[in-house]
Amino acid sequence: MIKHESIETNAALLVILTLIVVSIGGLVEIVPLFYIDDTVEDVEGVRPYTALELRGRDIYQREGCYLCHSQMIRPFRDELLRYGHYSLAAESQYDHPFQWGSKRTGPDLARVGGKYSNAWHVAHLNNPRDVVPQSIMPNYPWLLQTDLDYSDIQERMRALKRTGVPYSETQQEYDANVAEFGAAAADQLDILHAEENLMHQALTEDYDGQRGRITEMDALVAYLQVLGTMVDFSKYDEGYFADFR
Amino acid sequence: MSQTKTSKPSAVQTTGHAWDGDIQEFNNPLPSWWLWAFYATVVFAVVYWVFYPAWPVAGSYTKGVMNDITFVDSNGKSKTTHWNTRSALLRDLQESKTAVLSRDYLNKVAAASYAEILGDPEMMAFTRSMARGIFGDNCAPCHGSGGAGVIGLFPNLADDDWLWGGSVGDIQATVKNGHFGFMPAFGEVFDDAQLDDIASYVLSLSGHPVDAAASRRGKAIFQTNEGGCYYCHTHQATGLKSQGAANLTDQIWTIADVNGAADLAGKKERVKQVIANGVQRRMPSWSERLSAAQIKLLTVYVHELGGGQ
Ligand code: HEC
Ligand code: HEC
Ligand code: HEC
Repeated sequence: MIKHESIETNAALLVILTLIVVSIGGLVEIVPLFYIDDTVEDVEGVRPYTALELRGRDIYQREGCYLCHSQMIRPFRDELLRYGHYSLAAESQYDHPFQWGSKRTGPDLARVGGKYSNAWHVAHLNNPRDVVPQSIMPNYPWLLQTDLDYSDIQERMRALKRTGVPYSETQQEYDANVAEFGAAAADQLDILHAEENLMHQALTEDYDGQRGRITEMDALVAYLQVLGTMVDFSKYDEGYFADFR
Repeated sequence: MSQTKTSKPSAVQTTGHAWDGDIQEFNNPLPSWWLWAFYATVVFAVVYWVFYPAWPVAGSYTKGVMNDITFVDSNGKSKTTHWNTRSALLRDLQESKTAVLSRDYLNKVAAASYAEILGDPEMMAFTRSMARGIFGDNCAPCHGSGGAGVIGLFPNLADDDWLWGGSVGDIQATVKNGHFGFMPAFGEVFDDAQLDDIASYVLSLSGHPVDAAASRRGKAIFQTNEGGCYYCHTHQATGLKSQGAANLTDQIWTIADVNGAADLAGKKERVKQVIANGVQRRMPSWSERLSAAQIKLLTVYVHELGGGQ
């Protein structure tokens, strides 16, 4: 039996024993999720972000939007009424790191995609009080003025690929994506054409309303507009999702 | 330095450590209320393991006993699962008192005609309270919490001027399908003097004292194929519901902030800007985000906000 006193007077032993105690909690809670079969729901439609959406996500993190906004609708009635269907694990399977969060100074954004027009997002991000007079959200005026830097988009996608996001580089990986996500989505996940795809999406959709120019606003709005839109919930029986818990 | 501490023998045991020569640490036992609270949490944990999903076992986990949840799935079949938050939500939606109450009301409103809802004070009270919440969550960020909108961006829903029509049928169609308010940009088509003339004519329609000659020249453009404005705004310039084209003969403005300008020159400048730049505004479609019954509630609410027709 180790005495309290001998632990307390031996710093190295104290550190080792503390680490063991803390990691038991972590291991028991986290590790089983990797092999329990039902952790991630089997649903159609969830795909990794396109190059432009991915840059938007990076900007979302850079600006610290997650400090005020969660992306995790919990299975409660009030949340259902306000935000829509609760979030599925499958919907953030390609998020590294995920943006669930727990601080809601502003509303949850997990299903904000398609809720507002691009023009609303642009006006709102530029100065929230132009559209919501009582808002306390900060202004992000530089998003409209800063050209998007996408010179390293391929490296960004490769980094995510290493964590398991199925962006493709070889023909074989591309074919696998066609089978999994369909041809149109698979094209967007091709690392070697990332710049072209990004420019094409930004210029045709013109999220920021500035023709012919690709700004950080384009990327961020593209990202916001896809949030929570990938799963078509009308295709599933509600009881189906309960089977995964 | 005081010597009293060390000189007086204490009844309490110390840990034996000494810092700076004379600072010692008592070795008091934990207070018993704290200890018992600690034991209670251990007991609570064990009870929790029995009733709720808890321990991972192979590819699955212990599901808990005597705590099953039964709900009805969308095929009307009754289904029983072990306790989990998703089933708990479904049961809550199907059985909790408040949820059942509001569902029953919602069904009643969904089954009623607009005339019946508008004529029934009880249904109207429910509609108002329910719709105010839905409007606040979904519509207020654009149209404002009172529906007054933002000039140029989002139309005012609290006035009796409608772009796409103010009957319950029109409003319901607007909310369900959304709209794209589009007017082409004429900045490249006409030179500055012509734009000036057209703006003068437009202002004359709402009784502004503009230059008569300029207005006459503008009218010629507006009412002919040269400008083609009449195609959307009609020859009377009272607007066209099917295009969402604004009525230009009244004092209510939705894009050009005419009433916000101090003098006639300012008013004309604002109208000119709209004609030169055109309009592209999108009202999102809500048929996928909101249920038919929720859209019905909103329709009644918006109809009542403004002078519905
Ligand atoms: C200081 C906290 C704060 C930060 C930081 C912040 N927001 Fe907000 N946000 C709010 C608040 C409060 C609201 C609600 C009022 C409003 O609509 O402006 C809001 C609303 C929103 C909405 C509308 C949500 C809805 O469903 O109505 C979006 C979209 C949004 N924020 C995006 C962002 C993005 C993107 C960023 C980062 C660039 C960001 N926010 C940073 C506080 C914040
Ligand atoms: C992204 C911003 C946005 C949101 C959110 C929004 N609207 Fe709109 N709404 C608009 C715009 C823009 C128009 C004008 C379309 C046009 O220019 O023709 C409009 C038009 C309308 C009209 C027609 C007004 C008229 O004069 O004919 C109604 C009714 C309406 N909205 C109701 C709603 C309701 C109800 C909601 C909530 C479910 C809602 N809107 C949410 C932007 C929005
Ligand atoms: C393709 C149809 C179309 C044509 C052609 C058109 N308009 Fe419009 N106009 C609209 C619509 C639609 C709106 C309302 C905007 C909305 O619904 O969001 C509008 C709005 C306006 C407004 C702003 C009204 C307000 O309340 O602020 C003015 C001024 C105007 N139009 C003038 C003109 C003139 C002058 C011409 C011809 C040079 C013209 N329009 C041609 C569709 C048209």
